[in-house]
Amino acid sequence: MSLLIKNALLVDGAGEHGRGDVLINNGKIASLSGGEAATTIDGSGFVLTPALFDPHSHLRSPGQEVKEDLRSGLLAAAKGGYAAVVAMPNTEPAIQRPEDVRGLYQQASRLDGARLLLAAALTEEQQGRRLTPAGLLRQAGAVLLSDDGRSNDDAGVLARGLLYAAAASLTVAVHAEDTSLRGEGLMNDGALSAQLGIPGNPAEAEAARIARDLEVLRWAVRKAAPLGHQVRLYVQHVSSKRGAELIEMAHADKLPVYAEVTPHHLTLTAENWRSFDPVFKVAPPLREPEDVDALLRALESGVISSIGSDHAPHTRAEKERDLQNAPFGIPNIEVAFPLLFSELVDKRGFPLAKLIARMSDGPREALGMKEIRLRVGEVADLMLFDPGASRSVDPATFLSKARYSPWQGWRLKGWPLLTLLAGKEVWRDAALA
Amino acid sequence: MAALKHLLDFEGWRRSEVESLLETARLMEEVLERPMKKVPALKGFTIATVFFEPSTRTKTSFELAAKRMSADVVSFAVSGSSLSKGESYKDTLLTLQAMVLDAYVIRSPVAGMAHQAAGWLRGSVINAGDGRRAHPTQALLDAYTLLDELSQLEGKKIAIVGDIAHSRVARSNAELLPLLGADVWAAGPVGLLPEVLKGARLTSNLAEALSDADAVMVLRLQKERMQDGSLPSIREYISEYQITAERMNLARPGALLLHPGPMNRDLELAGTLAEGSHSRVERQVRAGEAVRMAVLYHLLVGRAA
Repeated sequence: MSLLIKNALLVDGAGEHGRGDVLINNGKIASLSGGEAATTIDGSGFVLTPALFDPHSHLRSPGQEVKEDLRSGLLAAAKGGYAAVVAMPNTEPAIQRPEDVRGLYQQASRLDGARLLLAAALTEEQQGRRLTPAGLLRQAGAVLLSDDGRSNDDAGVLARGLLYAAAASLTVAVHAEDTSLRGEGLMNDGALSAQLGIPGNPAEAEAARIARDLEVLRWAVRKAAPLGHQVRLYVQHVSSKRGAELIEMAHADKLPVYAEVTPHHLTLTAENWRSFDPVFKVAPPLREPEDVDALLRALESGVISSIGSDHAPHTRAEKERDLQNAPFGIPNIEVAFPLLFSELVDKRGFPLAKLIARMSDGPREALGMKEIRLRVGEVADLMLFDPGASRSVDPATFLSKARYSPWQGWRLKGWPLLTLLAGKEVWRDAALA
Repeated sequence: MAALKHLLDFEGWRRSEVESLLETARLMEEVLERPMKKVPALKGFTIATVFFEPSTRTKTSFELAAKRMSADVVSFAVSGSSLSKGESYKDTLLTLQAMVLDAYVIRSPVAGMAHQAAGWLRGSVINAGDGRRAHPTQALLDAYTLLDELSQLEGKKIAIVGDIAHSRVARSNAELLPLLGADVWAAGPVGLLPEVLKGARLTSNLAEALSDADAVMVLRLQKERMQDGSLPSIREYISEYQITAERMNLARPGALLLHPGPMNRDLELAGTLAEGSHSRVERQVRAGEAVRMAVLYHLLVGRAA
């Protein structure tokens, strides 16, 4: 089975490479200058890039299939241009034993859509007390350890978790918010939360926990280095200016920390809370415009090297509760790329190659994987998108079970037309002839 | 006055609209002075009081107000309701709507609930208190009570004292009273002050707020503030912020004393002050009924009487 994509603009994390005719054969890129193929796609006017890689998604299986399941989640991801997604383990029960990991991989092997990769819990039931078996989880195929959804309050447990994860060549991802400073906070703490009378969750809660985790990381690096283990800490969804500053300082100290930002923290602000719509309720909360600007600068400079969707589906009924009782989380995996292409590249002039790097290379690197480049011999995990045509966000068309969106009605460009996973079509838009 | 559909807060309100509403309330209060305390103004309208949080006085006040205008009133309270069977607020409200109602008086422990409801329902929504966010009819009755004696609020100094951060009464008064020209101060211990209170000057110095005040509004202090750590010591609060006869002397002679109730006597204010010459607490309760009659009338019939 061979496929030729003709005359598309080629862009990968290293830069733009002009137009090419990309031949895909046996799941790999066979040529950038054409050749014989069973099928040909005219890529004129479109852009071909490495497929996206989502290091942070909530697919809700097992136990919360009413919100999302592997089938809907992986199809939605493929539609969003992703060839692979890392599913978080905050499920019911938590993904924490090697057999949990193997069982989910087995289920996914029968499904279409993006490739499933699994994060396993760092601690039992994600309670932050007893560590899970990092080595066995790695052998079962887990690619990341995280108690995401909760914060690791016990620094000592996190410190030893980083050591064991390093010995198993795994990264540890943290949801960095100081639990007590965050308190009952629902939205960003500031003048607006005071005015609206809505409990605030301050940026300092995030910064305080990042600062602590960086010191924990420093300890783990000191312990692991003599043994030849590579410690890696991944700070999920950095939302504040101060959070990004702390990561930058850690990089200056050569600490092995990788930072992530989400599509919603780059495109929405606390102002959205004036609507009192729980669709904007997410943790960490949407911040101020100056935070968004700082996050964009950090993303451009590489201080933040990864964009994770934090796709967090809930049922519509759950998101129509009151602000207190509605759950935290924003679903976005189907709109993440067009959203960021439109808002960052199209409107703000953010370099496209850099956006691809942050949505593909950065997350892979944070997990200890190699980047994907458009070159002969590379695995054909590819995305073709249309940079010109604009379309409204219509949640009714979502493949995810969460058919609502904070970006409903936004006109966006950059919709993925084709997603290939090792050369196999996992998404083809009807607009692609 | 523009035909307002909902009363959620005072965002976007103009002074003339407030004055028109308060003028209607004065006419309504005359009804309350008659031997026959009932007018047919809202005959044929059905009003629901939907209280997702316990309350006696506000609920009773709204229900009486509706009945005095000849509206039919249904009352929905949390206890024993389908909410305890897991039904959502939205489904509860939609079920009530299916019973054909004209207005919903909604109280909720969560900020924003009345706004959400206004988006879901076809009828008028009146916010009877949502979390720490807003309690517009309380602010209207406070304004009414103040105007009754001060005749106008232009340049008058009003001090709100107590747990400002968690108070919907403080927020709504800080929105409303400056619209009428008042100079609003809010005083309390640092842990109970918000970062900003739009419309008011914040201070932890009680004397500064009370000095030459024309009226003092004392807020209820909730004991749960001890649990969440925002108030370290009730004893210290009493010592530094309790409103006493002596502290009332910092205000103008004859300054008015208001309290939205229910009161913790000897906590936020000295027990005997509630019946003292400064107190307008009972006056507030009656003003509440008149103001709520006016609100229902404005929203449902749409024009001043």
